[in-house]
Amino acid sequence: MASNPSIHDTTPQATQPPVAQGGFYSRLSINQKRTLWAWAFLAVPILFYVVIRFYPTGNAMVLSFQEWNLLGDRTWNGVDNYITLFSDPVFWQVFRNTFAYLLIGTPVSLVISFIIAYHLDQVRFMHGTIRALYFVPFMTSAVAMAWVWRWFYQDVPIGLFNNMLASVGIAQIDFLDSTTNALPSILAPAIWAGLGFQIIIFMAGLRAIPRTFYEAAKIDGVSTWTVLWEITLPLLRPTIVFIVVLSSIGFLRIFDHVFNMTTANPGGPLNSTKPLVLMIYQTAFDSFDMGYAAAQTVVLFVILLIVSLIQLRILKDR
Amino acid sequence: MAATDDLAVRASSDALLKASAPPKKRNMAQFIRWVLLFAGGIVMVMPLAYMISTSMKWPWEVYNLGLIPEEPTLENYTYVLEDGRFFGWFINSLVIATITTLSALFFDSLVGYTLCKFKFRGRYIVFIAILSTLMIPTEMLVIPWYMMSQSFGWLDSYWGIMFPGLMTAFGVFLMKQFFETVPDDFLEAARIDGLNEFQIWWQVAMPMVRPALAALAIFIFLGNWTAFLWPLIVTTSPDLYTLPVGLSSFGDEADVAWELIMTGAAISTLPTLIFFLIFQRFIIRGVVMAGLKG
Repeated sequence: MASNPSIHDTTPQATQPPVAQGGFYSRLSINQKRTLWAWAFLAVPILFYVVIRFYPTGNAMVLSFQEWNLLGDRTWNGVDNYITLFSDPVFWQVFRNTFAYLLIGTPVSLVISFIIAYHLDQVRFMHGTIRALYFVPFMTSAVAMAWVWRWFYQDVPIGLFNNMLASVGIAQIDFLDSTTNALPSILAPAIWAGLGFQIIIFMAGLRAIPRTFYEAAKIDGVSTWTVLWEITLPLLRPTIVFIVVLSSIGFLRIFDHVFNMTTANPGGPLNSTKPLVLMIYQTAFDSFDMGYAAAQTVVLFVILLIVSLIQLRILKDR
Repeated sequence: MAATDDLAVRASSDALLKASAPPKKRNMAQFIRWVLLFAGGIVMVMPLAYMISTSMKWPWEVYNLGLIPEEPTLENYTYVLEDGRFFGWFINSLVIATITTLSALFFDSLVGYTLCKFKFRGRYIVFIAILSTLMIPTEMLVIPWYMMSQSFGWLDSYWGIMFPGLMTAFGVFLMKQFFETVPDDFLEAARIDGLNEFQIWWQVAMPMVRPALAALAIFIFLGNWTAFLWPLIVTTSPDLYTLPVGLSSFGDEADVAWELIMTGAAISTLPTLIFFLIFQRFIIRGVVMAGLKG
């Protein structure tokens, strides 16, 4: 475990207070006693964060400059892993897929959830029931729902969607076996499952807008559209930032849906649905190329960091 | 904040609203809005309805579009549960999610409380350090965690599945926010009464943040119940699979028996669904609380 002790130095360490003996403890001032208690409370958690979070982070970064197949020794190979990765056409395909999940998933879910939240906010009759209908998919497991949707997407006579199309006389659609349709088909259940959460957060944001703004607008005879664009949306900015950042991170890390809807050929057909996390999983746990996989995780980390920072920048202060 | 609005303006604006809005048309628009929203809600739960309906169909009826099974049966459940594996996976998931949730609740609130209510040198560094781990994606840690588990013999064990989730930075942040609402006077009074710092936290402060604890518990339990990537990596023997990992392997092997796959999916989904139906208002409030404060 302590194969890489240098990592520990960069993190806050619990300077363990000497064992509190009766005489020693009673001679401390109240503030000193409280400080002692504080560090005692923090001791186990700090150990946890150092060993389970910081050390592995450093370890992954170090490993990304090494070659290792789990069995032999870890050997340094400089930036070879990164060079291999950036010259690998599969990586660029995966890179495009990952951003396709993000660039389709985030705006689509944002717009749908806002529209539903905006209208649901103005409905009183059975409000709670309708809200529950939209929220319920959030309580499900991605794996279970991936299998349900996978069944929906099957060909005639198995799949629900194609059966429905057939019953109205439309030719069947290749959902999961087509390189163009598979990615959006996998994305759909991911969007579906997240909508409920976004709707709830949007409605909380809408409620937080003071009524007086709307009343003033009504007195001035402003149209509903103008109210929406000039009052509601600008005042909703913190909520929008929150949802965009959170859902972007989610879509960039998509894995469960893809893995389970393409188990026969994960990420297929022809890598057309493979996201970065699936590539990492396969490199590490199918090919046991640990150094190469670690380099991929570092790239994922950097992408997540950059995307979050850009979004916070653009959406927060304009 | 909004206390400045003048009653007279309010009354006149109310009058204005009533006078200006043609009631008939508004009701019609409102009715259409309601119908569309309700229809959308029905569409949202359709996948779940089909999952449950198919899990109660005989194989010969699976490809029927009808939502209500002609001859409802629990045969699939009997079959899947008698097989034994799903039962074991269910227990694994339940035990793991429960222990992880209890541990995270305990430690997250202890750390959040300490960072909120104790003034000592280094508290900011500790807080920033813990918060910074939110930036690190789990995917980056699974490889080192796997190496760690391998060298300590944690592969294929409950501990191996659980250890990464025993504490969460999100929970620390959330609980720190909520402990801000606990007045220091209460804690001071308890201190004068002779309680030690642990007792003050456990007996005085904790009961005052119960709603926050409940909200955090929902999030953490749901997260662990549905967790897939790490349990998939750390387990190799089917006995130790959690429900998602088990369902994934089961689906793969039972590739054509969709009624059985739907039964498995229903078994892993129904507990959280039933829980939601019972505690609906409370869960939604918790989600908003955790979502907005976090």
